This record gives sequence, C-alpha cells and structure tokens, in this order.
Amino acid sequence: MSIDLGIPALAGVPKADVAQRAKDFKTDQEVRWCPGCGDYVILAAVQGFLPELGLRRENVVFVSGIGCSSRFPYYMNTYGMHSIHGRAPAIASGLAASRPDLSVWVVTGDGDALSIGGNHLIHALRRNVNLKILLFNNRIYGLTKGQYSPTSEIGKITKSTPMGSLDFPFNPVSLALGAEATFVARTIDSDRAHLTSVLRAAAAHEGTALVEIYQNCNIFNDGAFELLKDAQTRDQWLISLEHGKPILFGADGSHCVVRDDGGDLVIAETSAVRPEDVVVHDAAAANPSHAFALSRLSGQDLRYTPVGVFRSVQRPTYDRLMADQVTQAQVTGCADFGTLLRGNDSWTVPNRSE
Amino acid sequence: MAKQVKQLDRVVIRFAGDSGDGMQLAGDQFTSETAIFGNDLSTLPNFPAEIRAPAGTLPGVSSFQLHFADHEITTPGDSPDVLVAMNPAALRANLPDLPVGRDIIVNTDEFSARNLAKVGYATNPLDGAELESWHVHKVPLTSMTVEALKHSGLGKKDAARAKNMFALGLLSWMYHRPTDGTLRFLEKKFAKLPQVAAANIAAFRAGWNYGETTESFAVSYEVKPASMRPGTYRNISGNLALSYGLIAASLRSGLPLFLGAYPITPASDILHELSKHKAFGVRTFQAEDEIAGIGAALGAAFGGSLAVTTTSGPGIALKSETIGLAVSLELPLLICDIQRGGPSTGLPTKTEQTDLLQAMFGRNGEAPVPIVAPQSPGDCFDAAIEAARIAVTYRTPVLLLSDGYLANGSEPWAIPDVDSLPELAPNFAVAAEEPFLPYDRDPETLARPWAIPGTAGLEHRIGGLEKADRTGDISYDPTNHELMVRIRQSKVDRIALSIPPLTVDDPSGAARVLVLGWGSTHGVIDAACHRVRRRGVPVAQVHLRHLNPFPSDLGDLLGSYDKVILPELNLGQLALVLRGRYLVDILSINQVNGMPFRAVDLEESLWDLVQGART
Repeated sequence: MSIDLGIPALAGVPKADVAQRAKDFKTDQEVRWCPGCGDYVILAAVQGFLPELGLRRENVVFVSGIGCSSRFPYYMNTYGMHSIHGRAPAIASGLAASRPDLSVWVVTGDGDALSIGGNHLIHALRRNVNLKILLFNNRIYGLTKGQYSPTSEIGKITKSTPMGSLDFPFNPVSLALGAEATFVARTIDSDRAHLTSVLRAAAAHEGTALVEIYQNCNIFNDGAFELLKDAQTRDQWLISLEHGKPILFGADGSHCVVRDDGGDLVIAETSAVRPEDVVVHDAAAANPSHAFALSRLSGQDLRYTPVGVFRSVQRPTYDRLMADQVTQAQVTGCADFGTLLRGNDSWTVPNRSE
Repeated sequence: MAKQVKQLDRVVIRFAGDSGDGMQLAGDQFTSETAIFGNDLSTLPNFPAEIRAPAGTLPGVSSFQLHFADHEITTPGDSPDVLVAMNPAALRANLPDLPVGRDIIVNTDEFSARNLAKVGYATNPLDGAELESWHVHKVPLTSMTVEALKHSGLGKKDAARAKNMFALGLLSWMYHRPTDGTLRFLEKKFAKLPQVAAANIAAFRAGWNYGETTESFAVSYEVKPASMRPGTYRNISGNLALSYGLIAASLRSGLPLFLGAYPITPASDILHELSKHKAFGVRTFQAEDEIAGIGAALGAAFGGSLAVTTTSGPGIALKSETIGLAVSLELPLLICDIQRGGPSTGLPTKTEQTDLLQAMFGRNGEAPVPIVAPQSPGDCFDAAIEAARIAVTYRTPVLLLSDGYLANGSEPWAIPDVDSLPELAPNFAVAAEEPFLPYDRDPETLARPWAIPGTAGLEHRIGGLEKADRTGDISYDPTNHELMVRIRQSKVDRIALSIPPLTVDDPSGAARVLVLGWGSTHGVIDAACHRVRRRGVPVAQVHLRHLNPFPSDLGDLLGSYDKVILPELNLGQLALVLRGRYLVDILSINQVNGMPFRAVDLEESLWDLVQGART
C-alpha cells in the first residue's frame, strides 16, 4: 500500500489514489541490455521502490543522456526523455525548475555524466535543483564497445588504450563533494537492500542528490567490483557508512576509521585504538571535508570503499528559490502588460478629426 | 540678440568618444527626447567589443548615430550632418564618414599632445588647415563642465565625467529638443546618488545655456514632428521589442515563459530584460553554457512552458545538437539568434546576416527548422509572436534570426493593443480511451500531440533515437525512417499554408526588376528603391519574413520579373538557396564589413544592376 512518508522533498508532487506495485512502473518495451548486465538489477530495484513513494506515475519523469544506462527511461512507465550525450542534467534542470509538481530523476553513466557531461553535472550539483541523479558507474564505455572511461583505473588496457590508459580517473563521490553537492551517496548493484535504502534517502532529500551505483558490465569490464561483492573479500574492503554510528567494518568490526596525527582519515585495527577514537560518521556536517576525506579512503583498486550516504545537508533548492522570486514579483510588481509596453516615455498622435 | 532658427526636414547626428565617455547614454537620451518630440527616427549604435579599450585610442572609440526627420525614414542615415567628437581618437576615426561642409563639435580639452600622439596626429588638427573644409565648433567641454560643477562637491575627475551631459545639453539646445524626459531620467538613474544626479543635471543645463549664449553657435535648428498614423508610440530597440514579444506570446498562449540562456553579445540584453519580468510568470535560467541554456529550455518545453533560448552565432554552433533533438522530439522551442560578425568569435558588436545557412542547415541529418526574420527593431515584437505561433502550432523548434543592428538600433513603435494580439492555443493532449500515440498527427498541420507530465494516462517516453510512426517506440526499420524523415520535412513545408501572400511594393506597377531582401536590411533597401525610382526606373520591392519554409507564392513571383536583385549582409547565402530551390538567377549585392548597408551605396549598386537589366 501507499504510505505518505511525509517527505518535504516530495510535498509538491501529487500522490496516487491507489496503492501501486512494481509492475505499474514497467513498460511493454523489451529490455535490451545484455543478459547479465547490472542495469537489470537497478531497474528492478527502482521499479520496486517507487511504489513506496506513492507518487502519481504521471508526475514522475526520468531523463537520461546517452549510453547503456540511458535506455532506462524506456523501461519506466512514467514520463521520460532519452536525450543527448551528457546533457540530461541540463534538460532535467529546466524541467524541474519550471515544474515543482514533478519528481524528476536523471539516469546517467560514468561516460555520460563525467566525460561529455561533466560541466552540466557539477553545475546541477552546485545549483541544487530538485533532481535525483543515478550515476551507473561501470568504469568502462559499453555502448561504444569497450573504451576506457573517466573512472577507469589508470593503465587500463582497452580497445583505445592497447598500452594502458594514461589519464587519472575521477572519483565521482569526491567530485560531487567538491562541487558542494548537498546529497552524495554510493551503493552497489548487487546489494538490492542497500541500493533501495540509498534510493529512499535520495528521494527524501530536497535538492540535487547524486547516487553513484557501482554497476557491473559483464561484457566489457566484467568483475570490476568483484572484490566488493565476493564473500571472501567483501567484508575487508567495503565500509558501510551509517549516520551517527562509529565507522567500523570487517568481520565483527575488526577494522575502523580513525584520524591520524595530521588529521587525515586512515584505517586502523579496532583492537589497537581506543573506542572513542573511532570516527563517527556525520553525514549532516555542514563542512564537506569529513565526507570528502571518507571518499579518499578508496584507492584505484577499490580497497576500502565506503558505501552509503556520505553527505546529506539542507540548502535551499534552486527551483524553490526561483518559484519564490516569481511569487514575490507577482505580489509586489506590476503585471499589467499594457503598462509595460507603454513604458515611461510614450506619446500619442491624435486622430486628425479630433 | 535673438539667434537665427533654421528649418530642416532631416538631420543625422553622431556622438563619438571614448568607450568610457558615455556616448551611448548621451545618444540614447537624445533619441528619447527626439521620439517624444515626435520625429521619425532610426539609430545606429557602434561600439567596440572591449569594455574599456585603452583610453584615447582608436580601438576604444564608441559612437552613436541618430537620424531624425519630419517625415518617415527607414535608415539611421548614411553620413552625419553633425559629428560630436569628444577626443582626437573620435575625430580621427569618424572624420572619413563626414562629408565636407558639415559641422564638427569638438572637445578641445582632450587635444593634448599625449592624446594626439596616441592616434598618430603629428600636429593638432584644430590648429592647422586640416579641418578647414568643415564647420568646426571648438568647445572646451571638459573644463566648462568642471567649471559648472565647481560647487557640486564633486572632485574634478568625477565632475569631468558629466561632460557627456554637457554635450547632450548643447545638442538639445541646437535642435530644440524637449528636456523634461532627460531631467526625469537623470533623477531616476541616480536616485541613490543625489549629488551625482544634481551634477549631471547641472552639466546638462550648462550645455544648453552655453549654446544659447555663445557666439560660436549662431544658428539653431528645428525639425518639425513627422506626420505619423494616429496611435500611441514609444521608442524601442530590437532586443527590447523581442523580449516584449516573447512575454506577449506567453500571455496570449497561457504558457509560462521559460528562458534558458548563456550571456553572449549582442543577445544578453534579452536575458537582462526578461529577468525583470517575473511578475508575468517569466522564469530565466542563466545556464553554465550555451548547451545547457537550450537544454534547460527544452526540458521546460517538455514540461509545458513556452521555452526560449537566446544567443548569437557562436552559441547556435554549440546548440546545434540540441536543436536536432528538438526536431526529433517535435517540441515547441524558440531559438533566438542575434547574428553578429563571424566566423568564430568574429565581431561581437557588429552586424551581419551570415548565420542564415547555419540556421537552415547547420545540423546532422535531415533536420528542418522553420526560420523567421524580423525586418526592423519594432518588428522584433511581431516576429517573436509569429515564431511562437509556428512553434506551438506545429510542435517544432523555430529559429528567430535577428542581428546586432536590429538588437541595438531603435525606432518609434506604435504600441499595439494587447487584446488585439493573436491568441495562441497550446492544445495540450488530454487523456482518451484509446492507447496514447505520442507520434500520431494532426491531419492538417502534421503536429504531434503535446502531452505534458502530470497528465494521467499519457505517460510516454521520447528521445533522439528514430521513432516508429504513431507509437513513438524506438524503430530502426528502414521504411519507417524514410517515412519519418519525410513527415518531419512535410510538417515544416506545410507551415507555408499558414503564411500570408507576399506584399509587393511597386508603386508604378510597371517594374521589371524585383529587389528582394530579408531581415534587417528592409529599411535601407526601401530607401534605396525609393531613390532608384526617383531616378526614373521602376523597381518592385519584396521582403521575406519567413525563410523556412518560403511563402507559397515566392517561386511564381521570382519568375515573373526580368531580374531579381538580392542585397544581403553576407556572401550570398539566401541567393544560393533561392537559385537551388527555384532555378532562377539572382543578382547579389553583398557587403560583409560588420556594418549595415548605407542607402547611398545600395542605391548605386542597385542602379548599376538595374541599368544592366535595361541594356
């Protein structure tokens, strides 16, 4: 059944009259991702999660750019636009800024969001329009058949880099925090419960939310995140962030995050430090430094990868501020078009008969 | 002693000075006075792209030309009758345009050895015989301004800045301009700085009084009001008229106006203007770049706004891919290109008509976009409404091709009655029993339904991939693609059915030569045609507002004359298209120097070609 979650971010979006189910959000279109692609899991998670919000389907819009992930809107029985490469955040910003009654989602990939569309992404984040950006990061170009991407590890051998890629990759979470995004999170396609919990938090956030989703491309970069998924390594590599909780990970919390003498965040063995020295995660910290430091724990091999909500802070949204200015102008300003056209210096040529 | 007053039927004045001298302001204000007085007028601001080029240098010269008359005029004038030169650079840069025997009012205070050297004057031209062919009025404008303001409390440097108002006061006296408007303007402009307001007003009055008392100005001039059709008028620039036209289209369609734009000369004033009018529900979004500007607008169009992006040629280049997407999505979107000199960054503050082919063809694939071009500053208002009509009716992006001359030039404009403006019906799709077909068509216009988010039952997905006819599903089918390409073209072609027949101006009815034009050249072509007719050869004039599609009767019309002459501020872009489309020869007159045609030059070029037609 539909629950009114009382989420301020969605207060302006009309609610459905009847309970929704996942299948209400499925279209009749044949899903054309490669068998085994991580995108299927994300699609199912999104379709399974949206009924929780209980929004009218017609007030939900998915906008995408170009790439494998950007086919997503075709499979969502909402309004949708499959736009052009890299521009989805700009298009979605115009839509959300002009229609506060819509819940607007952007689906993008590491190439779409961070290469050709990098400019739009950082500006959407700083502007804080009410958008939810799902960045499927598979660390490879899939739709163009296997070139390295701006998140590929340095030295990556691909079709376009037979001797290894030369450029240093982006860490999308660090980038978003550098752009002072108000909500930044990371999750993994294989953990549906975690993915759903992060989507829930993003939906509840008022403003631009960036969710990086590690997504396996089983054709061109299979196993890119295997060490974060394999039962043998997962616990040692993955750090699950929870707001207000000490940052512990590993079997029975064997490891933790502490500050070193220089103030940097480092990994330590829990048994070797005092409990009060274990860093407590504060996603609501006004200063993004803590979240940024957490994002820097992971190296290119993904060892020590924090997942969860890095940052979630309140800042007035662009669309609300814009609507407020319009309202204020309508209250205080003159809205007579004839008066505007006449201006201050008009003159009249009388009829000759007068 | 009462001074002599001479009657004139028309005058061209050019204010010229350093970029920081306030020449545009003085020109604007003189224009306002002239408009209120009731002369017909036309203006040509001309300024460098640099905000403050090095003071006193030739590249830093900024000028403002105003043509006013007691009869209807259509151009800002070929050459000034009076040149106001605020420094040696302004004199040197503008003297070549000044026929002998005309007046020069020169600010002698700025003719220092240093300033003369900056512009390559070895000796002071005011001292020698160099200027003896002109009437030179030597006026120490700066020092008289400072003297007039010695009790104002302003320092010398600040007081000297009011010298443009001294010059304006002097010219206002010379031409019997009404001054109330200028005084009101200064009070309002400097409302927060009463000392500065008082100083500017004092300088303005000092300039007026100087004219009245000094012997160096023995004559003043009267130019009687022009006889104009009854109505209420104002002076308006093209960018302002375009902005108001967009608001009008929003009000008449009931669609909220959304502008996504990135600042660029000479289009930025539209962004500035629209940002003031939130009271009409206008939303302006200053994007991070040109691409985001049109992207945001397209997003707003999907959401049911009257969406607009404004730019100039370099911005169109960046927006091309999104314009193509709008063609594929078939959503209403206005793209305003205020053309400037190109290629590349080119001449940001100068005017050209060199983006026509870019507007018509500058996209990948078969991507037809309707094009509308205004013909005068005031006409930018109607052209904006017409562009909106086409966009909304046919669900298509539309390019509005203005230019730097229209944008910054101004003319008296008969203010329309708001209720008489055309109504635009968005006709949003509403839910029906049948499954929704986002690419179904109106049988007449071929427009597809505009179904906006929030409408239950019409949820649908659209995108830049080719779509199946009617359903809008992704389709790679060869037959379907060809059908969709032809439908999109056919839809644009059908717009011609809604365009009124062309108006032919041929007073004698005997013309065998047609002079064709488009966009901002209307006024000067009109003037040149008048002159050719006065020289005894009938010519017909037709001006195109719609450049894609062309009006249905254009082909027959072109074929019905012995010769077709087409002046364009490019190397023959429209001529190329017309030759290909209608298999008619076109005689081109081309100028690409960043300036509008001068009527005298165009008259001579026309005359040569017309004579050629007779032999």
